[in-house]
Amino acid sequence: MQNLEDLKEQVRKALPELDVVIGWTGGYDPLHATPHFIRRDEDIDKLQVNALCVHNLATYLPSLRGKKVGIIVKGCDSRSVVELLQENLIDREDVTIFGFGCTGVVDQTKIRRIVGDVGNIDSCEISSSKVKVSASGTEHKLAMSDVLSEKCATCRYPNAVLSDHFAGSEIEATASFEDGYKDVEEFEEKSVEEKFGFWLKEMDRCIRCYACRNACPMCVCRDHCVAQSRDPHWLSQEAHVRDKWMFQVIHAYHLAGRCTECGECQRACPVDIPILLFKKKMNKEIKDVFDYEAGINPDATPPLMTFKAEEDKIIERKW
Amino acid sequence: MAQTKFIKKESLSAWLEELGQAHVVLAPRFEGDSIIFRPYDSEKGFFIDREATAPPKKAIFPQSETLLEYSQIKDMENLTKIAVDVQETIPTTTYVVFGGRPCDARGFTMFDRVYLDGDTVDVYYKARRENTCFITLTCEKGATTCFCNAVGSGPSDSDGSDLLITPVTDGYYIESVSTKGEGLLASSLLTDGSSMEGEATKYKQTADASMNEAPDFTGSPEKLLAVFDNGGFWEEMSDKCISCGACTYLCPTCYCFNITDEANGLKGTRIRSWDNCMSAMFTSEASGHNPRPAKSNRLKNRVGHKFSYYPDIHGGVISCCGCGRCIKSCPVGVDIREMVKSAIAYVDPNAKEIPAPEPKAKAAPAEKPAPKEAPPVAKTVAPEPAVAEPVAPEPAVAEPVAAEPVVAEPVVEAPVVETPAEKPAEKKAPAKAKKANAKAKKNKKKKPASKKKGAK
Repeated sequence: MQNLEDLKEQVRKALPELDVVIGWTGGYDPLHATPHFIRRDEDIDKLQVNALCVHNLATYLPSLRGKKVGIIVKGCDSRSVVELLQENLIDREDVTIFGFGCTGVVDQTKIRRIVGDVGNIDSCEISSSKVKVSASGTEHKLAMSDVLSEKCATCRYPNAVLSDHFAGSEIEATASFEDGYKDVEEFEEKSVEEKFGFWLKEMDRCIRCYACRNACPMCVCRDHCVAQSRDPHWLSQEAHVRDKWMFQVIHAYHLAGRCTECGECQRACPVDIPILLFKKKMNKEIKDVFDYEAGINPDATPPLMTFKAEEDKIIERKW
Repeated sequence: MAQTKFIKKESLSAWLEELGQAHVVLAPRFEGDSIIFRPYDSEKGFFIDREATAPPKKAIFPQSETLLEYSQIKDMENLTKIAVDVQETIPTTTYVVFGGRPCDARGFTMFDRVYLDGDTVDVYYKARRENTCFITLTCEKGATTCFCNAVGSGPSDSDGSDLLITPVTDGYYIESVSTKGEGLLASSLLTDGSSMEGEATKYKQTADASMNEAPDFTGSPEKLLAVFDNGGFWEEMSDKCISCGACTYLCPTCYCFNITDEANGLKGTRIRSWDNCMSAMFTSEASGHNPRPAKSNRLKNRVGHKFSYYPDIHGGVISCCGCGRCIKSCPVGVDIREMVKSAIAYVDPNAKEIPAPEPKAKAAPAEKPAPKEAPPVAKTVAPEPAVAEPVAPEPAVAEPVAAEPVVAEPVVEAPVVETPAEKPAEKKAPAKAKKANAKAKKNKKKKPASKKKGAK
C-alpha cells in the first residue's frame, strides 16, 4: 500500500493504549502473508499491507472481547466489524479500527492455476497492476486483473466503512451491486438437476474440517456448532456428500442478511470448494426482498433480526 | 532381495489398469483446483507432478467407516424383550495407492505403532493396512514447506511403502520394498531395471540436495514439556489459529477418531469418523467440563503430541512426516516448525538461575539459552546448537522466531494477555497439567477411544 509508514505511525501511537493490534506480516514464503499480532513496538516494523493480505482479521474479534484491540481492515473486513457491532458481539469502545484504501487482494488459487507449482517461491513483487512471481527459478509476470480475487473485481467498498484511523487516500469504487452477482445469475440459469449435480460433485471432496466456518467472522457459535452437536444430533458424522452439503446450506441460511461476502469461507477451504456462491445467493435474495446489505451501517438492524407486520415485498395474503 | 524393474512412462496407465483388475487403485488427480486421491479412471488420468492437496489417508483410515451394523428385534410375545443383532463389518477390499509421496506412505508407520503394535490391535485398521499397497513416487525436489529431512526421512524414503518408483529416462525405476510390493511386479509391462539403478540413485541424491536446511528439532520432547504450563507462551503461539481441522485432516500422521451411533429406527450403524484435537468437542466431557477450553490448549496438544508425547513413548520417533500440508493449507499460515522451534528456544524469564533475564532477553534471545539451559543439554543430544541454528536457516521467518524467546514478557503480564475464560484453567494448571499430560500419554495408546466415546 502507498502509505504503510503512515499506518505504522498510527499503530505506534495507539499501541500503548491497546492490548494488541492485529495486522499482517510475511508468511512462510514471499507469496504469502499471515495474520500478525502486534503487542510490542518492534512488531510494528514487521507489519505488511499489500495484495497478499487476504485474511479478514475481524474473525478474531469476538474471541478477544474484553480486551482493547486494534484491527487493520480492508474495506470488506470493515463490513464484518460493522456487522459484529450490529449484533453486539463486540464493543465499539474496545475496538480501534485502522482503515486504508484497498486496491484488492490476490486469489492464491488463481495464481496456482497459472503458475502451477508454487512450492518454491523465490520472490514476489507486487504493484497495483502486476504480480511478478519467481517460482523454482522461472519468472511469471501476472496481470493483477488475472489473479485478483473475484470479490475485489466487483468491490464497492474499497475503503473501510467505519474507522478510527485512515491511512492514505480513499480509493474510488466503480462497480455496481449487479456487477457482483453475475456469477449467481449465471448459476441460476442452470436447471435444478445441473445445480444439484454441481454441488454433489464439488461437496464430495469436503473433508469436514470446518475451516469455512472458523474463518468466517460471522460464524460466532464457535464451539457450539450444529454440525458437531451430539445432542441434539443434527448431522450425521458419515462422510456422505449429503451431510457435507447440508452443513453448507445451514451455514448459508445462518448468514442470510449477515454475510458481508468477505469470501473467507471459500479462501480457507483447503480443497477449493466454491462455497461463497451459497452465501452470495442468499445476499442477492436479501437485497431483493429487504433492500438490505450487511455490514454497512452500524446502527441498522439486519432484516432477519427484526420483525415487520407487513413487509413491503412479502405479500403473504396473496399467496 | 529387493527386486528392481523398469516401466516406460507411457505404460503407467496400462499398468494401473492391470492392477485395477484385482484392486481398487487410488491415484491423485485434479478435482477443481485441488489434487485428490480417487479411484483410478483411465479417462481422467492421474497427476503426480506435485504433492497432492490431501494425502491418501482415506485408503487406510477413511473419513468415516462403519464398524458394525445393528438391529433390534422385538419379541412380539413380550415387547420388553429385545434382541440385538450385531454384524461386524471388517473391510475386505484391496487397494493400491499410486503416486503418493514418501511422506504420505510413511505417515502410516505412525499409525502402525498405535493401532497394530500396542496392547490392542485395531482389527479394522489391520485389515485395511494389510489390504493396501503403496506405490510411492520419489520426490523430484523439496518445497518451502517440506521438512521431511528434519523428522528422520527424505524425498526418497521408502519407509511405509511397498514399491518405490523413481523417474529415470523415459520411465520409472521400480524397487520393491516389501513382499506385498513384489506381488505387484508380475506385469509384462515391467522389464528388468537393474541398469537404471545408477540413474535413479543420482535422481535421489539431487532430490536430497534440493531440500532446504532441516530445522533442528533436537530436544523437542523435553522442551515442549517444559512449556506445558506456560499459558502465555501457548496463547501467543495460537494467536492466529482459527481452531479449524484443516491441519489435522490433511495430516498423514493424525489418527484420532470419534465414534457415533447413527440410529435409524430399530436399525443403525456404529461409525467411526475423523476427529481432531483442534475441535472443542474433542475433549468435551459428559459432565460438560472441557479440559481444553481454548484454542491455545488445543493447538498445544497438536504440537505436543507430535513432537513430545508420541516420541516419548515410541522410541523418540517424531509423529510428523514433514509433508508441510498443515503449513501450506492452513487458512492463516500457522507454521508448526516455528512453534516447535520457539518451544525449544524458549527461556523462562523467571527462572531462578538467571539473575537478570529481562535486559538480556531483549538484546540477544538466541544466545541466552546457551548458558542457562546447560544442564539439560547434557541429558539430551545437545539441543543448544539447535537453538541458534533454527533461527538462521529461514531468513523469511527467522525474525518472528528470534522474537519468540522474548515472548517471556507477556507471560509476566499474564493477567493482561489472558482472556477471562482461560484464566481459571491456567491457574489450575499445575495439577491439571499433570493429568492432562498423563491423559495425553494414555491417548497415544488408545487415544481415540479414550475420549468422549465413553459418553455415548
